[in-house]
Amino acid sequence: MAFLNATEMLGGYGETTILNSCTISVNKGEIAVIVGPNGAGKSTAMRAIFGMLRLKKGQIMFDNQDITNLKPQERVGLGMGFVPQTNNVFNSMTVLENLEMGGFLNNKDKDKNIQDIFSLFPILHEKRSQTLNELSGGQRQQVAVGRALMTNPKLLMLDEPTAGVSPIVVKELFQKITEISSKGIAILMVEQNAKQALAIANKGFVLVQGENKYTDKGSSLLKNKEVRKAFLGG
Amino acid sequence: MNYWNRRFTVFSIFFAALFLVGFFQSWNVAFAIFNICIISAIMALGVNIQVGYAGIFNAGIMGFAAIGGLAAVLISHPPVTETISIGGFSILLCGLIIGLVVAICILLNTRILLSKITRRLLISLTIIIGLFFINFIGSPAVEQIEAFEPAATGFLGGFGMPIIFSWIIGAIAAGFVAWLIGKITLGLRSDYLAIATLGIAETIIYVLKNEDWLTRGVKNVNALPRPVPYELSLQESKWFIEFCERYQFPLVETSSIIVKLCYSSLFLTVLIVLFSLFEIALKSPWGRMMRAIRDNEVSARAMGKNIKARHIEIFILGSAVVGLAGAMLTTLEGQFTPIAYQPLRFTFTVWVMVIIGGTGNNYGSIIGGFLVWFLWVEAEPFGLFIVEFVTSPLSETNSLRAHLINNAAHMRYVMMGLLLLLVLRFSPKGIFPEGK
Amino acid sequence: MDYFNALALIINFIVIPGLTYGSQLALGALGVTLIYAVLRFSNFAHGELMSFGTMICILFTWLGQSYGFSFSFLPTALLFVPIAVIFCVLYCIVIEKFVFSFYRKQKADPIITLIASIGVMFLTAGLIRFIIGPGDQSFNDGVRFIFSVRDFKNFTGLEQGFGLKTTQALTIGITLFLSISLFWFLNSTKTGKSMRAFSDNEELALLSGIDPNKVVLVTWIIAGSLATFAGVLYGLDKIYKPFIFLQMLLPIFSAAILGGVGNPIGAFIGGYIIALSELIVTFAYKRVLGYILPENLAPDSMMQFLATDYKYAVSFIILVIVLIIRPTGIFSGKTI
Repeated sequence: MAFLNATEMLGGYGETTILNSCTISVNKGEIAVIVGPNGAGKSTAMRAIFGMLRLKKGQIMFDNQDITNLKPQERVGLGMGFVPQTNNVFNSMTVLENLEMGGFLNNKDKDKNIQDIFSLFPILHEKRSQTLNELSGGQRQQVAVGRALMTNPKLLMLDEPTAGVSPIVVKELFQKITEISSKGIAILMVEQNAKQALAIANKGFVLVQGENKYTDKGSSLLKNKEVRKAFLGG
Repeated sequence: MNYWNRRFTVFSIFFAALFLVGFFQSWNVAFAIFNICIISAIMALGVNIQVGYAGIFNAGIMGFAAIGGLAAVLISHPPVTETISIGGFSILLCGLIIGLVVAICILLNTRILLSKITRRLLISLTIIIGLFFINFIGSPAVEQIEAFEPAATGFLGGFGMPIIFSWIIGAIAAGFVAWLIGKITLGLRSDYLAIATLGIAETIIYVLKNEDWLTRGVKNVNALPRPVPYELSLQESKWFIEFCERYQFPLVETSSIIVKLCYSSLFLTVLIVLFSLFEIALKSPWGRMMRAIRDNEVSARAMGKNIKARHIEIFILGSAVVGLAGAMLTTLEGQFTPIAYQPLRFTFTVWVMVIIGGTGNNYGSIIGGFLVWFLWVEAEPFGLFIVEFVTSPLSETNSLRAHLINNAAHMRYVMMGLLLLLVLRFSPKGIFPEGK
Repeated sequence: MDYFNALALIINFIVIPGLTYGSQLALGALGVTLIYAVLRFSNFAHGELMSFGTMICILFTWLGQSYGFSFSFLPTALLFVPIAVIFCVLYCIVIEKFVFSFYRKQKADPIITLIASIGVMFLTAGLIRFIIGPGDQSFNDGVRFIFSVRDFKNFTGLEQGFGLKTTQALTIGITLFLSISLFWFLNSTKTGKSMRAFSDNEELALLSGIDPNKVVLVTWIIAGSLATFAGVLYGLDKIYKPFIFLQMLLPIFSAAILGGVGNPIGAFIGGYIIALSELIVTFAYKRVLGYILPENLAPDSMMQFLATDYKYAVSFIILVIVLIIRPTGIFSGKTI
């Protein structure tokens, strides 16, 4: 049994079904990447796993617990961290305050966690008293990831962390993500930069119309001709 | 056809209640209530096309009603020749200056050649120079006018025309003010519009209270001429005395009922005409476009609709109807009292009418206007009854009891608040939901 | 010497009253802006909340006075403000529970919540008039002046002077204390920061484990307290009139919009700007100019931009100018 096991998820907004028996799983220390064309339900799958979308069917097991019916806040308490694609920082607050808010529920490791995050993202230490709207896109993403790490998550979920940042920053961010996973944290992310993401991934899920089309090791998917042709641009 | 049953039932309930008032209190009271019910319904219709057709929140209803009231004074009051000869020319000059300033400002605003900052500076400069001249010419004239027999006149008076004309003039004037304020505030967020319109209404009332040369201010203007016969002249006319004798009606009471009926028929005519026009408009392509804009501004804009222009259109139209109703109210009361314009009574009560009746439904506005005004009036005796009942264990001379009985009439605000909150919460579509 | 006389006149008629009235507006605008930032609607009932708190304070002051309470040279009412604050906050919480929470959970259009606040306004206005009546109430029993104009003249030997009323000093002092405490609370405490976070990005605040109910509760506690203080200080300084509070909505909202809705520092500064502009525009400069201009240039007229009666209209004019030039306010608002 994997650390996170979301099986046969079925759900959507209102009448429309977006997820159709979609199954996602991650183990500790692994990086799992969800890729697929636009509108395939990648972000929806993330939201469903995090409890921001009510499932019509399916089950989500996390750390050997059934969390299918828990609220997002309760999942944070159990050790899930989530970085949304947009609006993932507190714009009017400083870097330090953003991190503090991330650790709102977890007061006792607060200072240690902040130090860890600063050593992971040194630039944030430098900019700690600046407000977020003064920061660059890449730095903001770092804050967003840092904020989610403040809760000591055992699973970190990232919804397109590299959307809208420059290629150099993308590379750096992926490096950091690998670094985080090497600490034993399970990582699940949705990515547009599919090739680069699959390159660092242990596991890849290709979603099409809310269904698993291919599930394999990241490197195997990269080699898979059909996948390359259909989803990775040759 | 279902809708018709519902409409019929609700209106029947209202008229039954009115009948009970006539039967148990007096027919005079019942018709007095009914007249203002009609005016309220017209105001509610005006507000309803703003909020129901276009989703515009107008919190300045009081101001537009007061403009209508002012129009009634200026149209119907006979001119005061003495004050006009003292200061009429200066005031006219000031009016011309204001017109000139407004024209220059509009011209400057449309000249795209100038930079934004230069334009704003020039506009400010024009306004300041204009204000200086008005102050220089107007102030002495105003002082002289206001000093002339302040207890009786002390103002310029009006044009001495039949008061009915003021209904149209009031509507036009209110529409003009709505155009000015709409230019500034429409297109901003809806709560800004609410606050800005609240502000324009308050400002209009300050002007009416303080510009004695125009309105006599808090000294009020009394005895405006009527569009209908006077009770006394009825009581003296031969045919009326005979009529009362034949049917054994009490003379005095009957005369005042007849007068009220005359008003009712005038008002009802206006109500029916407006209602029909609005129903046609609602079902016309224009009405459909308005609702399309209300329901989805983004896609309406994408389809090339000029939303701000449409909003200004409907804001002017609705405010003009409120101005018309304001002029009618002053006509009915026969006097103009600036301090009577309270936002709770004029602005927010009309809101309660529209919401309770059902936003977007013209039948709803009418029944909302009818019912809410009825309750507003009847809350006083009803509140008194409840307070007397609750405090009945206390002795007659108990000061708490006396105090509460004294304040019982204010229960009407509590009732309005509760009514609004309950309808908004449990039946937000109102008595007649949109389209039903 | 003449310049000092002119200065004394300006201090007496513009600066001191402006700062006092500005403080009252600032307290009101802070409440409005906080509610806007956290609960995301314009609270039209805020004036009536101020009135409600003040009424409770007056009732307890009367009760206290009948038992012989007094507060030496200060107004007795100050002793009972804490009780009034508790009542007003409780009232706010009841209203939140029965009215606003419903629309908040539905994520209703802010304009619907605004209309609900009008219902609350009606209800509160009615209760107030029912309980204390629509008439004026004067409840200031403290010593009137810290120093009067005459004291000042005797002390300095100037022709003109300025005085300082006890209520003016109290208003300015208490407002500064409350505002500084509020800013400290918002910037330095965990709860305060969580309010800012909630106001900034509600969804992310929820994901971070911030309890929305607690944030809303704290917001009402602050708004209710500020409203009570604003109302009591206004009533002590001038007079308590149930009708005045609806009129005060306009300058209060203008102050909040001028500063940037949702921005507390903006609301605070906006309050003073509105109040000072009202006085600057409606003050008659005749005497001041008489001192500073040479004699042959001294003006005959009142040298007044607008009649004093148009005091409230000034805030409307400022509002319109802000809406035309910079609708987001001085400090672009929307979050705390």
